[in-house]
Amino acid sequence: MDGFAKYLARRFLQFILVIFLGVSLAFLITHLSPVDPVEQSVSLMTNFGATDPRSVALLREALSELYGLQGSFFEQYLAFWGRVLHGDFGPSLSSFPTPVMSLIMGALPWTVGLLTLSVLISWCLGNLLGALAGYFRSNLLLKLSGAAVMALHPVPAYIVGLLLLLTFGFVWPVLPISGGAQMNLQPGFSLAFVGSVIVHGLLPALTLVLVGIGSWFISMRSLVSNIVTDDHVVYAELGGVSSGTIFSQYVARNALLPQLTGLALSLGNVFGGAVITEFLFNYPGVGRLLIQGIYSGDYSLVLGVTTMSIVAVAVAVFVIDLLYPLIDPRVRLG
Amino acid sequence: MFSILRDLLRFNVEFLIGFLLTGTIFLFAAAHFFAPYPDTAIYLLPPDMPPSAEFWLGTTSRGQDVFWQISGAIWNTMTFGLTVMILSRIVALAVGMVSGYLGGKADEVLMTINDTLIALPNIPILLLVYFVMRDQMTWPLLALTAALLGWNYDARLIRSVTLSLRNREFTRHAVFAGMSVPQVLIRQHLPYVMPVVFFTAMNNLIWAIGLEVTLSVLGFSDVNRPTVGGMIYWANQHQAAVSGIWWWLVFPIVAVVLLFLGLFLLAISINEYIDPRSRLSRMGG
Amino acid sequence: MHATLKPEASTSSADPVLRVDNLKAYYQMNYFGVSREVRAVDDITLTIRRNEIYGIAGESSSGKSSLIKTIAGAIRPPLRVVSGSVRFDFDGRTLDVYNDPEAMKAARWRHLSYVMQGSMNVLNPVRRVKHAFHDFAFRHMGLSPSAFRARVEAHLERIGLDPQVLESYPHQLSGGMRQRLAIGLATVCEPEFIIADEPTTALDVLVQQDVLALIKDVQMRLGSSIIFVTHDMTVHAAIADRIGIIYAGRLVEEGPSQAMFEQPQHPYTAHLIASLPRIGDTTRRVSLPGKPPNLADPPSGCRFHPRCPLAIAKCETESPPLVPRGEGRVACWRAGEVAAA
Repeated sequence: MDGFAKYLARRFLQFILVIFLGVSLAFLITHLSPVDPVEQSVSLMTNFGATDPRSVALLREALSELYGLQGSFFEQYLAFWGRVLHGDFGPSLSSFPTPVMSLIMGALPWTVGLLTLSVLISWCLGNLLGALAGYFRSNLLLKLSGAAVMALHPVPAYIVGLLLLLTFGFVWPVLPISGGAQMNLQPGFSLAFVGSVIVHGLLPALTLVLVGIGSWFISMRSLVSNIVTDDHVVYAELGGVSSGTIFSQYVARNALLPQLTGLALSLGNVFGGAVITEFLFNYPGVGRLLIQGIYSGDYSLVLGVTTMSIVAVAVAVFVIDLLYPLIDPRVRLG
Repeated sequence: MFSILRDLLRFNVEFLIGFLLTGTIFLFAAAHFFAPYPDTAIYLLPPDMPPSAEFWLGTTSRGQDVFWQISGAIWNTMTFGLTVMILSRIVALAVGMVSGYLGGKADEVLMTINDTLIALPNIPILLLVYFVMRDQMTWPLLALTAALLGWNYDARLIRSVTLSLRNREFTRHAVFAGMSVPQVLIRQHLPYVMPVVFFTAMNNLIWAIGLEVTLSVLGFSDVNRPTVGGMIYWANQHQAAVSGIWWWLVFPIVAVVLLFLGLFLLAISINEYIDPRSRLSRMGG
Repeated sequence: MHATLKPEASTSSADPVLRVDNLKAYYQMNYFGVSREVRAVDDITLTIRRNEIYGIAGESSSGKSSLIKTIAGAIRPPLRVVSGSVRFDFDGRTLDVYNDPEAMKAARWRHLSYVMQGSMNVLNPVRRVKHAFHDFAFRHMGLSPSAFRARVEAHLERIGLDPQVLESYPHQLSGGMRQRLAIGLATVCEPEFIIADEPTTALDVLVQQDVLALIKDVQMRLGSSIIFVTHDMTVHAAIADRIGIIYAGRLVEEGPSQAMFEQPQHPYTAHLIASLPRIGDTTRRVSLPGKPPNLADPPSGCRFHPRCPLAIAKCETESPPLVPRGEGRVACWRAGEVAAA
């Protein structure tokens, strides 16, 4: 039990460290950059005509307060931590005065739905294919499907998505290529709305699955081909244990353990995982929100989404670290 | 080195195809030095011309020749990828070898930092950096940022190799012979670590190029410098898909997919050559 | 069709349970244009009788481990059987290891079990020990799950293990317990034949004694035959009925262990025995000159001749056949002239 407590302590320390370094990094990037967000916003606004020096000065002061740029560098840093811990990133500039947090919360269900589903699908498919391909090495069908998913894997999501968009939106226009649901439908649990959500999610989800499946496939196949030569597998073969049992209980089961950490990382990456895909398909999730924030110079929105994404990944990693001992007896009973 | 290349070309089909593909694309990209038009000039040619004898791959709505644009774009994209690759290899090598060689507390501290960095999401941080830099964002700065995000997995790999070398006889001999730590690392260990570095370099190159394409597609780089992603960015700005200027979108996509395929084939065949386990399975096959 | 064959009436120690005939198994490699052939098992013929412990001795990379893997049907590419056969006789039926994979698979653990080199890691690290017994043995026993469990527990108790280990994970057990467990797993179905690959090598001396005694005990009780490999001649002296000496992929001498220790026929055997430590003996151990032969390019003639103190011109050119001599067989042109160690 002593080893287990030590394990937990280490993981917790790592968790705190990730949050600390990540949030500090977000702060440093924004505060040490040569670009002053206040001046940038002021110039964005004065571009549209308001050039009265007095109102510009007022605007400048208001923005400084908004961005937490008042006081010394260290005071600003502490104030930033206060905002992070309260989950309050101030009002969005582009959708003033809606708080950044409520914008994020509005977009989050879309991203969580899209990303969770497609990550789970690609994780299951990739691991299944990879495990089979690693165990039955000479099967031609598995080799071919493996080659296909591996060739897709390095291609950026945007390119894969764009190809799907051009194919199903222009060449053979059968699927919607933009938005999360049909505009004129009332959101709710009506058949029409849910159906529309699913149809709109098909292309983005397919993009994420196609891009994601390859890395699961590759890592699972290599894990399995390592485990296949392990003593306990060779021994089970010599024991005449059926190949189905060997594959599921002696090979795949052992190989899946490290893959679970990867799954948690991917799920935790809700804020960053689908940015490009959401933008391409104009999907109303957090990723699109982030890109819109960048285009419209919405400082608090961008900082909010980035900070949240760092925290989300750290939490996901920590959660899987806590669950891992339940799955792997070697950690639990160390 | 030369004989390895010859063996790979002769006995590994994936490598041969990858080599030919990447080589062809490289030559095509290098040809942009002989382009008839400067690649940053716009509205030089009649816009929206479909592919023809005069303009092989057509022209863009901005009056550029698609053929020569792609040529220059791939050159720039590859330069970016190689820069990221070299910079991040240097960091990964330094951290991995020092951590593996020193071991103990130093190793623990370095690897904790390493694991922390692994847990940071790349895309949001890159976007944040772009967001605060805006117009001052240049491609070398972007490359530096990407390199700083792209070394940590490989540092861990290099560390594990160095860790296993540390307890070998020849390391002890070198230490007794009075070699300093940098000398041991560079003269004794580097040759063993290089194959790992080489393999991770290929993967890193692919990752970096993918990153460049992604960011410039969104317009988050110097959009006036032709890159593959930048071309798609401008095509989207001009609604090329809607207005039927398909050649503006399709040819850059084809070029970049071929480039990825070529690099990927090189990466897996080099890995197979380096990894003793896959050698063994090949013997069986 | 075999069902009509009656089990042989006689179960005397003379009837063979394993016959290996002219077995050749080579590592064949072809990698990026470089082909290599390593003759790890080169034309070996031997027979093992019922109720016999047969030890295989030889230095590392002599091919002894490849031989035992080939006998067990446990080879993977690049090691392949080139010619010859391995046949078992179980219940009066002949089982050809490389001709009938289905029957072979059905016979595993029922008739033939295996103790692996480095048995420490033979149990699945993420499952409880009881599952291993279930996977390996349950289908052979024809018992209800509870009766099976009782049988396994009784078996473990007999070999000195607390039945509680069934509920443990492998990493919770000590090395000695895991080795015991491996032997328990290999003997739970009371097989006629047990193959053991270096069963004691990784253990410390005290545990080694323990495990050897256990193997001997189980064998006496079950009347099984055991073939085992180790480079350690003291282990052979302790439990083997007969010993086969392997040098460079070939069987160079075979005979009852006592006779062999008293009067080795092959100069290599003589060397192996002479290098054993003996209480009160203070003479220096002489090591053999030269290195073990490279099996990819073995020496001409007798493969031992470059290191043999008795080598003559004939040894360099002609390979000696394995011929009967005394109670055993030997392959040496100067077999009669080897001095007792």
